[in-house]
Formats: sequence, C-alpha cells, structure tokens
Amino acid sequence: MTSTRPLDRFRSSPLLWPLVALVVLLAANAVVRPSFLALRFQDGHLYGSLVDILKNGAPTLLIALGMCLVIATRGIDLSVGAVVAIAGAVACSSIVGAGDPTSAKAAFVGMGLALALCAVLGLWNGFLVAALRIQPIIATLVLMTAGRGIAMLITDGQIITVRNPTFRTVGAGFLLLPVSILIAVAVFVLVAIVTRKTALGLLIESVGINPEASRLAGLRSRTIRWTVYVFAAICAGIAGLMISSNVSAADANNAGLWIEMDAILAVVIGGTSLAGGRYSLAGTLLGALIIQTLTTTVYSMGIAPEITLVFKAVVVIAVCLLQAPKVRAVLLRRTPRRPARPVSDAEPAAAQHAQTPTASMVEKVAQS
Amino acid sequence: MSVDAKQAPREAGRAAVVQMRGISVEFPGVKALQEVDFRLLPGEVHALMGENGAGKSTLIKALTGVYTPTAGVTLLDGREVSFSGPADAQDSGISTVYQEVNLCPNLTVAENILLGREPRRFGAVDGRACRARAAELLADMGLHIDPGSVLAEHPIAIQQLVAIARAVAVDAKVLILDEPTSSLDQDEVAELFRIMRVLRDRGVAILFVSHFLEQVYEISDRMTVLRNGRLVGEHLTADLSRLDLVSLMIGRELGALAEVERLAGQAGEEASTVPVLQATGVGRKGSVAPFDLQINRGEVVGLAGLLGSGRTELARLLFGADRPDSGQVRIDGKALHLRSPRAAIAAGIAYCSEDRKGEGVVADLSIRDNLILAMQAANGWARPIPRKTKDQLVEKWIKALDIRPADPDALVGKLSGGNQQKVLLARWLITKPKVLILDEPTRGIDIGAKTQIQKLVAELAQEGMAVVYISAELEEVARLSHRVVVMKDRSKIAELDQHATVDDIMRLIAHVDERSEAVAA
Repeated sequence: MTSTRPLDRFRSSPLLWPLVALVVLLAANAVVRPSFLALRFQDGHLYGSLVDILKNGAPTLLIALGMCLVIATRGIDLSVGAVVAIAGAVACSSIVGAGDPTSAKAAFVGMGLALALCAVLGLWNGFLVAALRIQPIIATLVLMTAGRGIAMLITDGQIITVRNPTFRTVGAGFLLLPVSILIAVAVFVLVAIVTRKTALGLLIESVGINPEASRLAGLRSRTIRWTVYVFAAICAGIAGLMISSNVSAADANNAGLWIEMDAILAVVIGGTSLAGGRYSLAGTLLGALIIQTLTTTVYSMGIAPEITLVFKAVVVIAVCLLQAPKVRAVLLRRTPRRPARPVSDAEPAAAQHAQTPTASMVEKVAQS
Repeated sequence: MSVDAKQAPREAGRAAVVQMRGISVEFPGVKALQEVDFRLLPGEVHALMGENGAGKSTLIKALTGVYTPTAGVTLLDGREVSFSGPADAQDSGISTVYQEVNLCPNLTVAENILLGREPRRFGAVDGRACRARAAELLADMGLHIDPGSVLAEHPIAIQQLVAIARAVAVDAKVLILDEPTSSLDQDEVAELFRIMRVLRDRGVAILFVSHFLEQVYEISDRMTVLRNGRLVGEHLTADLSRLDLVSLMIGRELGALAEVERLAGQAGEEASTVPVLQATGVGRKGSVAPFDLQINRGEVVGLAGLLGSGRTELARLLFGADRPDSGQVRIDGKALHLRSPRAAIAAGIAYCSEDRKGEGVVADLSIRDNLILAMQAANGWARPIPRKTKDQLVEKWIKALDIRPADPDALVGKLSGGNQQKVLLARWLITKPKVLILDEPTRGIDIGAKTQIQKLVAELAQEGMAVVYISAELEEVARLSHRVVVMKDRSKIAELDQHATVDDIMRLIAHVDERSEAVAA
C-alpha cells in the first residue's frame, strides 16, 4: 500500500507541510537577521537564537505532549495553564518557607510537592471526564478557572521570588545545552518509547477512535482516559517548574497564561485530529517548534505587538490548510504525476490522506 | 392472485421513467460497473440484487449523480440527464433513502420532513403550516404520529418511515430505498411494505435494495441482478426461483449452503452435555427478566425473537456489557462476577455486537491492529505482542476467513460489511474463547460471506466451542442451532430442541400474542 519510493512517501507524509512551514520560518529569520543561525560556544555553554527557541519552546513542547495524548482519547485539557501557575506557586512558596531556602533539599521538596499536587489535579480532571463522564472541555474548564485562584491563594496574591541555585537549574541551568531542553527531550523520548514500543499507543488510539467498541474488546477505556489526564497535568507541572525557575519567581496571574492554546495549536498543526484517534508525537514536536519560532520571529522582526496574535493566527491557518487534501492536491498538481508513480499506488495513499481528520475538518470549513 | 396477471398490463402501457444504457463507472484500477443497462418503470417495485461489491451502490450513485459515469447515458422521462449530486437528482424527482437514517434526531418530525423547504410566512418559518403539511403527508402514508414530536423519541423504524415521508414530500417520481429494512423487525417491515405499495399504486417507481431474499420476493415486481459490475439479467420476480436468483448472484451452485446443513447436522449429533456456561436467574431491571440458560460444549444455541424482544439485551448481560443486577453466571462451574466485558473476556466469553460499526470494529485502525486488539487488551499495555507473532496471527486469520483485501495495513473502515464482520470474528477467535456470542453476525452482508460465516460457526461448534447465535432470520437460527431459546417481551419464553422449525418458533411468538390479546379482550 505504501509507496516504496522515499520521495513519494515523504511527499505524502502528514509531517511534510509542518516541516516546510518550520524551514520557511527559520529561513525568513535568517534572511532578515543573518546572525540568526549562528551558534556560539562560550564557557562550556551553547548560545544562539536557535538554542533560545528550543529553550523557550520547552514548556510548550512538554504541555503539548500531554495534550497530544489527551486529544488522542477524544479529550482536551484546558486546565494546563492553570496547573503551570499552581506548580510554580507550590514550589516557590515551599522553598521560601523551608528552613534553608537556598538548599538543594528545599528545592527537591518543593518540586516534589508541586508535581504531587499536579498529579492530584490530573486525577481530578480524569475523575470528572472518565468517571463522571462530563464533557472534557467543560470538565477541564473547571480547573482552568479555579486553578489560577488556587495559585493566588497559595502565593497570597503576591509574586514570590526565590533564590535557590538548585531550583534555578531546572529552567535556567546549562549542561552544554539549557537544562530545560534536555528535560523536554527526555520526556519526549520517554513518551515515544512508552507509547510506541509498548501497546499503550494502540490502546489510546483505539479508545479515541471508538470508546464503546474498545470497551467491548476488553480495553480499560476508563483507566486509559484517566491516566492521560494525570500525565498531562504532570507535564504541565514540569513546565510550570521550568517557567518559574527561569525567572526564580512564581507569578500566579501570568505564568503559563494562554499556554493551553499554544499546546492545542501545536498538536493540531502536527496533524493530530481534535476528533481523537491517530496521534503524532513527531508532529506535535514540529508544531511546538513552529509556535515558538513564530513567537521569536514576531519579536526579532520587530512586528508590532498589536498584530502579533493576528500574525500567529495567519500562519496557523496556513499550516492547517496545507494539510487539507484538496489544497495539497492543487499544490501538487504541477508536478508530473502519472509517469512518476503507478495509479494503484497513488490512490490508496490519497485515500489515507482523506482519513486525516484535521485535514478534513479544515476542508469542511473551507467548503462552508 | 398471480403476479403475472398484475404485471403484464402495467408494463405494457408505460415508458420507463428511468433508462440507463451502457453505464460504466471506473475508478483508478477498478472497473466498478461495465456497460450496465437498467430501466425502471413507473408504478413498480424493482429490486436491485447482487452480492456486496457487485455494483449496486455504484449504480445508485451513478443514477443520483454522486459518481459520474465514464460511459453511457441516463434518461429521465426520455430526456438525457446528468446530475451534479443527490440534491440535483432530488430536484428532478429522484429521492434516496439510505440504510442509516440521515435525519436530525433533535428536530421534530415535521421539521425533518420539510427541512429546507418549510412553508414561510412573512419570511419566517410558519410552524403551524409546517406541522399541518407534515401531518397531511404522514396521514397520506397512514402513519399516525405527532408531527410536533421530536424525532429521537421514535423507534428507528418510525424514523425510517419519516425519512421516506421526507423523500416523497418532494413529489418524487423515483424513490430509491437502499437497505431500508436491515434494522426493522417483522411488523415494521410489513408497515414499510404497506407504504411502499401505496406509493407504487400511485405511480412512483421504487428501486429497492435488500439482502433479505424473502422480503424481495414479497414486495418486488421485477429484479435486476448484477455480478462483479456487470449486468447478469433482468427478470420478473415471479419468473425467477430463489435458487436461480442466488445462483445468478453468486455465479455458482449452492453447494456451500448444503455443506452448512450437513455440518450443522453432524455437530448436532456430537454436541455434548458438558456445560460450559450456566446462568441462573440472571436479569437486569428494565432490560431482561431473570432467566436460566445452560450452554454446552460444542453446542450452538440460537436466540430467536423479534427486534426488542430482549435477545440482544440477554447477550449483553452474559458478556457483562450491561451489568446484571440479579442471578449468577458460572463458567466451567466457576462463579463469575460480571462487572465488565473485561471480566467476561478473562473468563473466556467473547461477544460480537450487532452494531458492527458502533460497537465492533475500530474503523480508523488497520486490519492488523483490529485483529490483535482483544488479545492485546487481555495481555495489558505493557506486554506488546511481538511483531513476528502478530504478523503470523494476522496472516493466518486473513487467510482462514478470506478477509479482503488481504492487506494487514488496510483501514478496517474501508472494508465491506462482510469483511468487517470477519475481522471482528477473527479478533475474538484469536483469543480462543470458550463461549462465543454472535449478535446478528450476518446482517447486511452478502450471501457469499454469509455462507462462509455460517459454515465457520458450524465448524467452531464441531471443534468444541459453545456458540450463542442471534439472528432476525429465523431460518438461519433454526438451521444452525442445536437448541433455540425463544425470547418475547424481554423474557425467555421457551427452549426448543434441535428439531425446532421456523414454524414452531413463529407459533411460540405468536401464541403469546394471542393469549395477551385474549386477556385484553
């Protein structure tokens, strides 16, 4: 079924257009600012705009990974931004309240507490969605709204600042590369191995495509859905630690504000459908990088802040459209088609595209 | 009254309302239809017959403008036409009602019937006129339901009839009914047929597609048979025996069916009395009254009853899909706590739902993933089935059940109904169950696959598996089963032995009716 020619396979891969978008963005930056691609090695650390993008994109990537699995089960988690704020608030207030606020022990206790609480928040989301069967968008809206309030309560409405070298390492430390990048990569690899080398990925997709058929096939649908919310909350927790560690402060109001939207966008740009089912971790990675590169581009090109969000929206729409089979068909028409590949090969491949629900959703919108 | 007598004059006086000549439809690499001729006369019920993949749907889609034929002409009332889509066809008087009800369940009956063409007053929809017009149309069809009621409140059968009311509301000259009866019970089918006759006598040309041979013989005046995208013949229904029809459809003798009979007969002699599953007093409030049931090794137990009699509900209780609130189930003598399908599966029970798409296959996964899903779920997520074992299993079962296409990577959603059913069956057979519960495994699939599945059931029983077999087709139940459990009004009313005939079952179901009517009187 799959074409044997690498070029054809590449051309029909759902990752093609996100990748093209990313390359175009990077190239545009390089043209405007030639120093963009430069990397400097100084004091055993790697510096440069590309490294900055990865570093600043690490929290988004982490949250997008959790979001990806949640979305694969037909869910969505709007509360991740609030969980980011709570994680920072708990960690910082715990560190500040410790006997020695600068000790490594205080940092680990604080971070441990924060992640434990995040897991509990994930259990709460999962309880609402999987056990009480509340629609995910409503269920997680509860914590999205209440979460910042909880963070405010923890910090007493103040921005708490900490001076703890160990804690600071998580978000601002270096180990050749910024530590936050290493953490994000480690989590990415871990998720990829756990879901793709075991059967977990298949079970998650199955539950997302058809929950009832999955239950009747003997899957623990409820446990699986519950688990992905816990995982998403823990990812958000780690991201929250990174963000507050980077500025050595907990800001209950602004930490992780709107980051749930960036994460959802990253997942969708990466080709995972909001309707659940098949998911792509590599796509999510690309999506997160695109989002972060966009943000960086907006700043580095001196685009006025007023139109920043509009600019972002335009790029996102463009990437989504590029994934629609119809748009792709128009774009690919220029290339010679018949001689290049046998018809019987081309057709099933095209049929598979039609199956990418994100793309078909966009297509529907385009039609209406 | 002979059908011929009725038929002849009707045919003589009228020109065909639809005439298709030399229609070919090609997809890249596939010739779906090749030079098919087809005609439809006003005032007739015309059955389109053929196995899955014979080209029935393609022909309908070519007629209604979903596909554009690569060759051939279509004439409507003698004028050449080419529709851009079903809406265009409908504007010209060709209405289609599909197997799955395509209405809005949350709107009222009247709104559904008149959606998009509501009577207006001062630019706004006139609700009262809307209901009045709908009531008129419904009364016309002899349907007495409140047009102001919400569609979802009505059973599927009524919804289907509402869909037909919607189709004829546009003064359709041609009405296409694609498998309208697959989810109806016998009374509802009778009601549908009554309405079809009313419409036919009014001069509407009806194109009818169904897998139920008996229904086709009951309602149709003429039939066109397709095989592998080619026209095999057009016949008056009265002139073509069932045996001839089936031979035309599958293009071979009926040896396979005879084989089923023989195998089932043999299995009957060999069925043991070693109980595998014993249910005592199992029931659930509002679902099925408490019942006792024993299923032995190597035995096929048929569940017969009308739609809504509780046959599906009983099966779901045995599988833990719904939790029983009374009674006990034992497997091999060991008590089983049926709190979930997972528990039932662990004890060796497997269940193929009647709702293949909704509760059976996972459409967006490949054949491979679908096949190993139940086994993988039983193993747990942490112990993936090794690639090699997986490939061996998948290859073996695709071959054993003749699943087509034989491509493990093909998405199950793209397969025909019969092949989806085979995938579902194979998924369970891989887990080597002790008890296999099949709910309507042959509904809506072609006769070739049907025969294969029936044969498989007989063979499995012979190998010692206990099978519960549910089907709306009583002939099928009677033929395959060693014992038949008869369901009526959500309780088990009788258990018949191997010699039970369709008549016996019907009499039992009807007998209770008579008695209750007598009580009512």
